[in-house]
Amino acid sequence: MKLTMASSPHNHSHKSLTRLMLSVIAACIPGLIAQVFFFGTGVLIQLVLALVAVSVFEAAIMLIRKRPVWPALSDGSAWLTAVLLALSIPPLAPWWIIVIGCLFSIVIVKQLYGGLGFNLFNPAMAAYVLLLVSFPVQMTAWLPVTDLINTPIGFADQLRLIFTDFTASGFSLDQVRAGVDGLTMATPLDTVKTDIAHGLTVTESMQKPIFNEWAGLGWAWVNLGFLAGGLYLLKAKIINWHIPVSFIVTLAVCSAIGYIASPGTEPGTLFHLLSGATMMGAFFIATDPVSAATTNKGRLIYGALIGLLIYLIRTFGGFPDAIAFSVLLINIAVPLIDYYTQPRTYGHGAVK
Amino acid sequence: MDKLLEQIKKGTVWAFPGGIHPPQQKSLSNSASITRLPLPDKLIVALKQHIGANGKLLVEKGQYVLKGQPLTEPAANWSVPVHAPSSGVVTDIAPMPSAHPSALPELSVIIEPDGKDEWVALNKNKNPAELSHDELINIIHQAGISGMGGAGFPTYVKADTKQPIEFLIVNAVECEPYITADDVLMREHAKEVIQGIEIMQQLLNPTLCIVGIEDNKPEAIAAMKQAAEHNSKIIIQTVPTIYPSGGEKQLIKLLTNREVPSIGIPADIGILVHNTGTLFAVQQAVYEGKPLIERIVTVTGNTIHKPGNVWALLGTEIKHLLDCQGFSPVPQQSVVMGGPMMGFTLPTVRIGIVKTTNCILAPDHKELAEPGPEKACIRCSACADACPASLLPQQLQWFAKSKEYDKLQEHNLFDCIECGACAYVCPSEIPLVQYYRIAKVEIKEQQADKIKADRAKERFDARKERLEREQEERQNRHKRKPAAKSADEKQKVAEALARVKNKSDNGDEKSAVAAAIARAKAKKQQGEELEPDNSEVAKERALRKEQARKYKEQKSQTDESAETAPVDDKKSAVAAAIARAKAKKAAQALDNAEQATNEEPQSAAPVDDKKAAVAAAIARAKAKKAAKALEEAEQTVSEAPQSDTPADDKKAAVAAAIARAKAKKAAKALEEAEQTVSEAPQTDAPVDDKKAAVAAAIARAKAKKAAKALEEAEQATSEEPQSDTPVDDKKAAVAAAIARAKAKKAAKALEDTEQTQPQELQVDSAAPKSAESNTDDSSVLINADKPKSADDKKKAAVAAAIARAKAKKLQKEGNNQS
Repeated sequence: MKLTMASSPHNHSHKSLTRLMLSVIAACIPGLIAQVFFFGTGVLIQLVLALVAVSVFEAAIMLIRKRPVWPALSDGSAWLTAVLLALSIPPLAPWWIIVIGCLFSIVIVKQLYGGLGFNLFNPAMAAYVLLLVSFPVQMTAWLPVTDLINTPIGFADQLRLIFTDFTASGFSLDQVRAGVDGLTMATPLDTVKTDIAHGLTVTESMQKPIFNEWAGLGWAWVNLGFLAGGLYLLKAKIINWHIPVSFIVTLAVCSAIGYIASPGTEPGTLFHLLSGATMMGAFFIATDPVSAATTNKGRLIYGALIGLLIYLIRTFGGFPDAIAFSVLLINIAVPLIDYYTQPRTYGHGAVK
Repeated sequence: MDKLLEQIKKGTVWAFPGGIHPPQQKSLSNSASITRLPLPDKLIVALKQHIGANGKLLVEKGQYVLKGQPLTEPAANWSVPVHAPSSGVVTDIAPMPSAHPSALPELSVIIEPDGKDEWVALNKNKNPAELSHDELINIIHQAGISGMGGAGFPTYVKADTKQPIEFLIVNAVECEPYITADDVLMREHAKEVIQGIEIMQQLLNPTLCIVGIEDNKPEAIAAMKQAAEHNSKIIIQTVPTIYPSGGEKQLIKLLTNREVPSIGIPADIGILVHNTGTLFAVQQAVYEGKPLIERIVTVTGNTIHKPGNVWALLGTEIKHLLDCQGFSPVPQQSVVMGGPMMGFTLPTVRIGIVKTTNCILAPDHKELAEPGPEKACIRCSACADACPASLLPQQLQWFAKSKEYDKLQEHNLFDCIECGACAYVCPSEIPLVQYYRIAKVEIKEQQADKIKADRAKERFDARKERLEREQEERQNRHKRKPAAKSADEKQKVAEALARVKNKSDNGDEKSAVAAAIARAKAKKQQGEELEPDNSEVAKERALRKEQARKYKEQKSQTDESAETAPVDDKKSAVAAAIARAKAKKAAQALDNAEQATNEEPQSAAPVDDKKAAVAAAIARAKAKKAAKALEEAEQTVSEAPQSDTPADDKKAAVAAAIARAKAKKAAKALEEAEQTVSEAPQTDAPVDDKKAAVAAAIARAKAKKAAKALEEAEQATSEEPQSDTPVDDKKAAVAAAIARAKAKKAAKALEDTEQTQPQELQVDSAAPKSAESNTDDSSVLINADKPKSADDKKKAAVAAAIARAKAKKLQKEGNNQS
């Protein structure tokens, strides 16, 4: 009888990479639903576009690298990148924006660095930064919540806008974005930043129709959706608590200090936590295992640094939101953080 | 400390980091009681079933052994014996596949049981408390007990620990899934286990004994608690079910909150850990006198019909266990010895179980996850979260893959206990433990290589140093010796001079004694004493390494002195030509030497008409046939006086011809040499009546290139007399041409020797007087000379040729001829 030989351990937890990635994608669903509800079905179009694009690019690059295509594609990491990217860009951005983003994230940021596990930077965020820097107009053309749009547009018009830049009735994206008062509306973060720059107080700024009482209309719900998804990830032990907690706590503490120090020009903790991509960043972006710190202590530092940087850029920097920049910048520091936060090994320097 | 004890007694259990919760699968095998297997057909007892040295074989092939009879005896450190598990015949002693992942053959005793299962006489002890420490240790040692939890560390070594033990920990955790051997043992034999613990308490005297049992074994806990009721120093502690709480280090942390130092053993922190099964074996050995010949093995897995625990004799083939419990293999069946986390797959079921075999697991493909292909590491660090040693398995994996051994050690690779928790949780299914095992082996190999290389370098350096030192010493020796010798010789020369002066004062002023001393292999000391003036030469001579060579030079110098001695201010002139041919081409050299001697007298002859011109041609041939040559040389020397006397009636002309032929063709060479010597006086006689012209031509050819050297020597000797003679027409002109041909620097050597001649001339006047007394050995020759000196007071020229040879015939011949 021929016996099969194997190295111990002979059992496995049945955890798998694919399952892990698909779980994270699944956890995005609450946020996605909120986004669709408040900002229209454009995000779904972007999502499909992105999924197709990353699949094509991943397959192509694996063929070029002479590696098996399916194992790489089926691990789900590329799809997760696609989802995160699609959720990050304005829903009605032209189709080539997301395609360029997918190309850059998969081919350059991930595969040219050696594939999954070898990339220094979070692929979705690197692509987002590339797009933001290269195509600032398209990348900041966020729609206000559907309720505030002058002439609400349907799915077909959104599709046309994405692919042809115009609706069936010939409106451009800028015209569509115009609010009921005829003014183009920015995101809440952008609005506050601009208004403060123009000498308005936060309270005055937040009187604008895009805000509810604590944060931007719609945006607060999107953030809460991602928070829910994040809590699921924690519960399912797919991510560790260290990064999101230190991230959120740091941002909360910083914004609280700022609010106490200068209530007129500081929008406050809740605004920071529920605006922009805060929750998505805390639970879905910063926790990307490949580019994040790997020790528990290191994760606390990593999350805190990102939170701090987000507050600093939002308050003093030139960009309204700062998730992508902060994550990328701290990605660079990961090897250093990991090196200096090695846990004490059993039997080394224990207190007797 | 007291606080810790209190906490432990209260039931406090600490936690270790990490850990996993794999499916237990224990209920498969722990419901039934332990069964006893039928006797197998064959028992394969490996000699080495523990950590440490093999025992020494006590049995032979074909020998009948009883159950419990030792098959080996302890031979070295950490060596424990093995015993016959049943009575029967030793059919073979041969290497058999071992219970090891490699299954590398291990020397085993194969016993065919006779079915009687007959015990040897057992030495039971009803009351172990009466036994001394050493007696107990000896019983445990001789019973062949080694750790039955996994590592197989000899139990007697642990039990004999000299360090103070605070906590004796009994590892009854059994955290590996599937395995229930300890569980059922405690259920059925709690009393014996407690007795085993008490023996250990007697040996180690710990403050407290803590028995750690996972909370998934309530029956075992209850049984143990009941059995230990009477002993307040035994605490049964329930620990949470988490893998790997049964790891020694993890259990220590769990039960005492202490950590074993990285490079250390539990005894370093006052803790000793024993496995339940081991303690049972100790109890059996001490109370029943039974050596360790059987153990409980869990036979389990979905392919086993009757999973459960069995008493299996050590050496029982795994196949027997599987067959007895019913086994329906699946395709690509694997059989694991040990549990699913740390056990190893077996290449064959024809392997005997050993002392550490606690489980045979034959799973189907559903119960244990099939290993999938290894995927990319996403640095999720699930492994780090699971690691009970707080390592960073993910980082270690990268370093192991890139073979960064320094980093691996920096990240404490060697603190990895290979529990497999990291690999169990890895979503990418990376066989992490496998990477670590390979890396560990490679690092160990590298370290071994480094030690080897360091040793080699050390040896090389030591050798280099030694060679340098030796060379230096050699050089120092060369530097020191000449100085010492020259000083020594100077003194001797001075003494000789003094002697000579004294003698010249005492003796006849005008007597001139020409003493030609040819010493053949005489004693060095004497030779040196005879040297009147040769410090310069001696210095050069001292430079020679070989004493033989040195010695020869000394001889030649004595010749010179002998030659110079006869030189009187008015009288006799002695020309001594010493030609040495040391070459292997002695024949040729000798020819040349002869020619030289022939020529010298002829050239010297016309110079002096009154005084005798003595041309002494000393041709030395250093041959291997020296004895014979010397005899002949003596003859020639003794002949010389005879020929001398008739030549000069008034002035004695002594020609001392010392011809040494050292060549292999010495005989022939010497004959020729003799002829030349005898011819020389004849030609000399008419030459000089008043003044003696002495032409001393010393040609030395010491080289292998003797031919060339000799030519130069000849030229020197032939030229010198001619130049010397005109200088002094009345007084003796002594021309001593010492031509030395030193093998390689022959030309230069010759110049040196020429320079020494003036000095020799200075002492010439004194020399003759001492000649008589100095030449004791050659009294025969001197006798011949004396009359001549009497005859002619003024112009007597005495040529004394003293030839010393070691040949016994020398004197006799000398007498005859004189």
